[in-house]
Amino acid sequence: MENISKAFPGVQALDHVNLDVCAGEILGLIGENGAGKSTLMKIVSGVYPADEGQIYLLGRPIEIQNPHHAQQLGISIIYQEFNLMPNLTVMENVFIGREPSRFSFIDRRQLQQRTQQLLDRLGVRLSPTAIVRDLAVAEQQMVEIAKALSMKVQVLIMDEPTSALSETEVQTLFNIMRELKRHGISVIFISHRLEEVRMICDRVTVLRDGRNVGTLSAAEATEDALIRLMVGRSLNEFFHQESAAQAAPKPDGAEIALEVRGLTRKGSKLDPSAIVLDNVSFQLRRGEILGLAGLVGAGRTEVARALFGADARDAGEIYVDGKLADIRTPFDAIHYGIGFVPEDRKAQGLILNQALRMNLTLPSLVSLTRFGFVRLAEEARRVQEYVGRLQIRTPSLDRVVRNLSGGNQQKVVISKWLMLRPKILIMDEPTRGIDVGAKAEIYSLMRQLVQTGVSIIMISSELPELLAMSDRVVCVAEGHVAAILDREEATPERVMRYCTIQRRQPTEEATVQ
Amino acid sequence: MTTQPVPATSQVGATGKRVDVLAVAGRYGALIFLIVLCVVFTILQPAFLSTRNIFNVIRQVSIYGLLAVGMTFVILTAGIDLSVGSVLALAGLVAAAVEKGSAGLLGARAGEAHGYGLPAAIGAAIAVGLIAGTLHGLAVSKLKVPPFIVTLGGMSVWRGAALVFSKGQPISAFRDAYKFWGQGMIGPVPVPVILFLSSAVIAYVVLRYTRYGRYIYAVGGNQEAARLSGLNVDLLILSVYIIIGFFAGLSGFVLSSRLNSAEQVAGVGYELQVIAGVVIGGTSLTMGGEGGVFGTVVGILLIGVLSNGLTLMNVSPYYQQIIIGLIIVFAVYFDQVVKQRRR
Repeated sequence: MENISKAFPGVQALDHVNLDVCAGEILGLIGENGAGKSTLMKIVSGVYPADEGQIYLLGRPIEIQNPHHAQQLGISIIYQEFNLMPNLTVMENVFIGREPSRFSFIDRRQLQQRTQQLLDRLGVRLSPTAIVRDLAVAEQQMVEIAKALSMKVQVLIMDEPTSALSETEVQTLFNIMRELKRHGISVIFISHRLEEVRMICDRVTVLRDGRNVGTLSAAEATEDALIRLMVGRSLNEFFHQESAAQAAPKPDGAEIALEVRGLTRKGSKLDPSAIVLDNVSFQLRRGEILGLAGLVGAGRTEVARALFGADARDAGEIYVDGKLADIRTPFDAIHYGIGFVPEDRKAQGLILNQALRMNLTLPSLVSLTRFGFVRLAEEARRVQEYVGRLQIRTPSLDRVVRNLSGGNQQKVVISKWLMLRPKILIMDEPTRGIDVGAKAEIYSLMRQLVQTGVSIIMISSELPELLAMSDRVVCVAEGHVAAILDREEATPERVMRYCTIQRRQPTEEATVQ
Repeated sequence: MTTQPVPATSQVGATGKRVDVLAVAGRYGALIFLIVLCVVFTILQPAFLSTRNIFNVIRQVSIYGLLAVGMTFVILTAGIDLSVGSVLALAGLVAAAVEKGSAGLLGARAGEAHGYGLPAAIGAAIAVGLIAGTLHGLAVSKLKVPPFIVTLGGMSVWRGAALVFSKGQPISAFRDAYKFWGQGMIGPVPVPVILFLSSAVIAYVVLRYTRYGRYIYAVGGNQEAARLSGLNVDLLILSVYIIIGFFAGLSGFVLSSRLNSAEQVAGVGYELQVIAGVVIGGTSLTMGGEGGVFGTVVGILLIGVLSNGLTLMNVSPYYQQIIIGLIIVFAVYFDQVVKQRRR
């Protein structure tokens, strides 16, 4: 791949990226959230067209038109979310759309034989006639791999294939990857887990801000070297100013606004062994911004949701102002003065088909009601106040929020909590998908809030933003608190190291290899 | 077709919206169509516009109307209630039995002219509706069974209960006081019309100006966002099934009064007419949180006017069904076109 560029409205997702994979090689692809890994892989697999650049396969330039075309060329991708039909059998999934047929009927015997051959080649003990829904996640993954093999794959891209697997399953997967390699197939392995990357890959390419910032051989790719490449950017000027303005240190003895002790949430009923949150404890001081750092899926959002009563918790206590708070529903949390700006404003924060004023006053409507009737004039006055204060750009208070821009929508979500005058505000990805101007406005609003004594828990996948805004940083990895760092200690390298820590150490057998 | 609820109108004028023909057509499409129909029928058949005929039209749809007012609440939460006809039948029989003290569970007192009195009869009918609605609401909100399934089951259960209760026999011939609620007039206005229109006005005010009304739109528009805003979503969903239960119970009584007979086959197929009226009125079946009672009243009147006018013009009722069916599809299509154009 040469000079691949891709821009989305407002973002340069990829900036002249070069990437090469040799035949029979396992290439690791790592980078922070949003570094461009997924975008790059989607271009290679034909989901998006590239704005610029050229892709070569076995030395020949190719034009990939769509995912189907990519598969015909021998490029297959396995996403984190599998592309299987859960109600069909293994063999039907493997050969979907390409079933061997006889007299225009599906030749089930041949279908079964050919699937069995593929599974044998992978060394997987699975029945071709099993229903996919009944399989474990790891087994479903094998079906995906078998499907790719059936299409004579030359380049197999695996997007975070290990994130849902247990330790032994990861080892099985690695063995299969080595097997593929022996057959001359190239594998691109995307992962957040640095140890795994170092264990299996021949070379590792690091993406940052849509650029290829370096490719290291297995020998060079120490954890330190990888982390340095991943976070290498200096915090930009904007944040330096922010930090300086905010430098006044918070007294250590500040009151504790919120304390979480032993927050634990087990996995779903289907998989009760998986632990979503494991004994999470931390304190939030009055007037501070506490950052929750972690990789996607590490449990940051789950901490916030459990704390706000949005998800049930299996254990753990929450103290607000030193007193035990009985929070079981969002209603309870609001009662204790907690507000929650959720990560997905369209699905969780807003009622898209309703007016701005209705969205803005929804949590605080009780205080705007007399004898059950909404005091419309008072409501309009209060809404107007926040529209002015947060500079929400809208032609009218009755504008349906779907028709507002992302930044203005986010301001509506924030305003609806501010109107309640919260003591604690949880903000999950408060700047996701909004333009730079609106971001700056939200940062300055957050600083104003903490100066008035509000405490903020901030979750962000953008590490520079998180470090610049936070007084302290809680590093979350695999559902538990890996470290709590003060502002001075929280360098990007250290935070990233704690966030990529693997709790379960790899087995001996694996380390030997 | 009211496409967007405007919970408060106080700001609209002040912000100086330009007149958008499409927006007006979108919001008032059904109303405009209703007026056009009235004009056309009046020209073709001057008798159409007489006071008597107008009230006649509204009286014919007043039972649908009562149910549709309740149905609007349910559909606004992105739910549906298919059981209204069956609940109506059971409620009517229970009301009649309590009135006459003569059937089913009360069979021991057969032959007696008066049972437990009119207030008890009305109360019993409404109680039947409230119980059925509560059960549906609990199944939807707590057990998370889709509303379509819950009320499809309810449709069968309550119809069966009506048969069991009445042993297949209608209960007929009531006192005048009982018949007044379905057949009487106050001045020139039939009593069912008063019940329908006053219910509609109350529902309109509740949905548009109260906190509860706001919450209904919020839950319909986005349940998760409503829950995260501190709303008790389960309770709100339960409440709309209780509301439609109330209207189903009340309608059962009024229909038995109007027909001077409570029958186990009463209200068969009503759910479709009612849902048709709500949908023609612009309340979205798929989206939740879009529409309102004003549109529902227009939609119900549209069905009434169409069938009355066509009858006056000697069009067979068979054709009327075809025409109403086409209008439902067209109304929703029109609604979608307007919404897409406005984005």
